Amino acid sequence: MSAPLIVFFVLAALAIIGALSLILQKHPIHSALSLIVVMVALAGLYLLLGAEFVAAVQIIVYGGAIMVLFVFVIMLLNAGAEERTNFSRLAKFGGLPLALALTGLLAAAMVHYGGAAPNTTSPDALANTSNLSNMLFYTFVYPFELTSFLILVAIMGALVLAQREKS
Amino acid sequence: MVPTQYYLILSAILFGMGAVAFVVKRNIITIFMSIELMLNAVNLAFVAFSQARGKLDGQIFVLFVIVVAAAEAAVGLGIIIMTARNRQSLNVERVDLLKL
Repeated sequence: MSAPLIVFFVLAALAIIGALSLILQKHPIHSALSLIVVMVALAGLYLLLGAEFVAAVQIIVYGGAIMVLFVFVIMLLNAGAEERTNFSRLAKFGGLPLALALTGLLAAAMVHYGGAAPNTTSPDALANTSNLSNMLFYTFVYPFELTSFLILVAIMGALVLAQREKS
Repeated sequence: MVPTQYYLILSAILFGMGAVAFVVKRNIITIFMSIELMLNAVNLAFVAFSQARGKLDGQIFVLFVIVVAAAEAAVGLGIIIMTARNRQSLNVERVDLLKL
């Protein structure tokens, strides 16, 4: 087994264990920490795929900014352990097979339609950050500018939603 | 080189687990986190496809997905704070105004 394959399996196992832990943990803060494990493992996978800039953005924005926001809100609301509720019988017995069916269907469809795509360029020619920035600031400059507007609206929305009502 | 199929299968597994977490969990913050997990799974598929096809468009799309996820997290957590203030609880079972 080659070295990239071993690294892939280690990171994939880390991501799956983190996702499993997200489901099984009762306390939201533990779920948040599990999600950070998943995100760091995915950043490693991006590095393995040769997408350095995406890996850096994944760590900084997802692992940093977004998860800090989550942990901050969990602590702000003093979220305790989750209350369990009973599921219906359909959910109890049909849920797991349906989830497996969804996963299998997704995997089969993606592998069938896209897995066998020919690799036209060498990995070294691909995905260096300057190529990425050229595309982002020439071809996709209009959507890029629109995202700044989106962020602005999101900031205003969050401020309006979270402020205390004046009595 | 790791075959592209492996990445796609991992992406499907992570997406399925995110979907399960979305349905199973009862805490509104954890439900929100499972949405982020699904977005991450889709990002992995994007980067894997971008690598397989030798084009960078997929990675550009991942950057946009991350931006939209950040905006969504800001607004969504604002909504969660509002809900928690109004209901005094983070359990989604308590948020049942639209339930018959």
